[in-house]
Amino acid sequence: MIKMISKSGFGHERVCFMEVEHLKKSRDIKWLKKMSKIIRADILEMIGVGKKGHLGGSMSSADLVTALYFYKLSHNPKYPNDPHRDRFIFSKGHSVLTQYAALAEWDYFSKSELKETKTLGSILQGHPEIRTPGIEANTGSLGQGLSMGVGMALGGKLDKLNYKVYVIVGDGELAEGQIWEAANAANFYKLDNLVVIVDNNQLQATGQIKKRFDLGDIRAKFLSFGWKVFEINGHNMQEIVDTLDSVDEVKNSPSVLIAHTVKGKGVSFAENNYRFHNIALTEEQFRQAKEDIANIEA
Amino acid sequence: MVRKENLKEAYGRELVEIAKKNPRIVVLDADLCGSTMTCYMEQEIPQRFFEMGIAEQNMLSVAAGLALVGKIPFVNSFSVFTTGQPFNQIRQGIALPKLNVKIFGSSCGLSDAGDGATHQSVEDIAIMRAIPNMSVIIPVDAIETKKVVRAVVEYLGPVYVRISRTSLPILTEEDTPFQIGRISLIKDGFDITIFACGLMVYQALRAREVLANKGISVRVVNVSTIKPLDRETVKIYSQGVKGIITAEEHSIIGGLGGAITEALSNQMVRIERVGIKDTFGQSAQTHEELLEHYSLMPENIIEKAKELIKYK
Repeated sequence: MIKMISKSGFGHERVCFMEVEHLKKSRDIKWLKKMSKIIRADILEMIGVGKKGHLGGSMSSADLVTALYFYKLSHNPKYPNDPHRDRFIFSKGHSVLTQYAALAEWDYFSKSELKETKTLGSILQGHPEIRTPGIEANTGSLGQGLSMGVGMALGGKLDKLNYKVYVIVGDGELAEGQIWEAANAANFYKLDNLVVIVDNNQLQATGQIKKRFDLGDIRAKFLSFGWKVFEINGHNMQEIVDTLDSVDEVKNSPSVLIAHTVKGKGVSFAENNYRFHNIALTEEQFRQAKEDIANIEA
Repeated sequence: MVRKENLKEAYGRELVEIAKKNPRIVVLDADLCGSTMTCYMEQEIPQRFFEMGIAEQNMLSVAAGLALVGKIPFVNSFSVFTTGQPFNQIRQGIALPKLNVKIFGSSCGLSDAGDGATHQSVEDIAIMRAIPNMSVIIPVDAIETKKVVRAVVEYLGPVYVRISRTSLPILTEEDTPFQIGRISLIKDGFDITIFACGLMVYQALRAREVLANKGISVRVVNVSTIKPLDRETVKIYSQGVKGIITAEEHSIIGGLGGAITEALSNQMVRIERVGIKDTFGQSAQTHEELLEHYSLMPENIIEKAKELIKYK
């Protein structure tokens, strides 16, 4: 065992124990990019040919999820119930394939489970459930995950634990009123241990958000709710990890990273195309997607 | 004269007592703490009381988050607002993962007489009972309310508890056993069994006295846990009688009457249901007026008993 010490956002040192062979975290951008390539390839394998799968949103959040699991989150599959661990809630639960890929890479469960995703009796359901090792909350009915994060953050404050709670929401999901109830609560209780990342891919299932159901100025909305707002390119790994670190300096208010992303990122024909939100790929499309992902520069 | 006590008051006081002993307990309320009586918690242990504003959906999901980090959240508002408004938050976020969240619905049934249909819950038992993993409890009096508070803390999993705004007669004693999932005999009899919950247990006892004078012997059973239902005991109390009556301050659809009828669906026994007949409530000066208007009085139970006695 080696003892790892990393700086937490509370000015205290955060201590976690990690066995060397399980150390799968780095700030090396090249390595993180390689990791996100693996995640994308696994997502594609889970979707496969001829079965419906949430390709668009899983690919748009792949770099964000990679940065969390392989750089930022303090977590360890050997101690999954460690009360000090950081929590990650994937509120846009339909993109859970990204999370499954990351958790398998971390050995929360065997990588061979991935091919059982969404089959009868599998631990890998269509949306996140806590019965899956490494999943922290049941989500899928959009709009609820941020509130759950508020609850976890309140609990952390109450117990004087230094963990942070990270929640990824979709931009389409911001139409849910409950998001803004939670945004208000997080500000009222000054939850600086809560970080929201908006996977801002600008598409909802049926088309462009701007045309289908315009949400207006997301940045202004969060600012008016008292949040500290950061804007980043959600596919620029350097920017993602730098901003995740900057957020640690924020005190007395919750933070939101509006991550500008591309739905379907990495798969040429699916990029910025809402029709690939939840789609069954043809053999030809699958082959093309595989090639596209293999060609991503890392 | 029967002694009455307020269940909300008993709940609020007991919650503080148990929270003093159990640091995992946290309490959430949506701007009704003066009525749900979680104000005592706010006064005595303010650091573990969270005002969540008039935002019940967020409140239920926040409770889920607190449960996920090891807390035992007690969520409070009126019955309609803790069950109807955040239904999906309960269904997907709490019941599906079996989280340890205790949902308390105050001013249940028609007990908020003045506020009318919007604030009266006539279908809360039905909707909560339909959710897998959810338990549904209705304390009969202030003494049982305190036992329910203690029991739900010990119980691991989601629970819905429905509490009346109206002070109700004391029908149990401090040493009467209470266990989640068990029903209890209040008075025995052999012609008819009445399964009742909440304030209808007292209405059943009043009916029992009248019927006794007419030579009809009635057994009154307090079904304080509707789910999980004590099916075995329900069957035992249903054997050898001329009929069964269910009595609840709730719609006749999907509540206690529904649960008992389902449990006895393969038994040869007649069942009559006393309850609100698939309609909403309305405003009135008193709760009693509404009980009369919606046929929830001892006379209504007596009428059903007489019908049942005609057979056999």
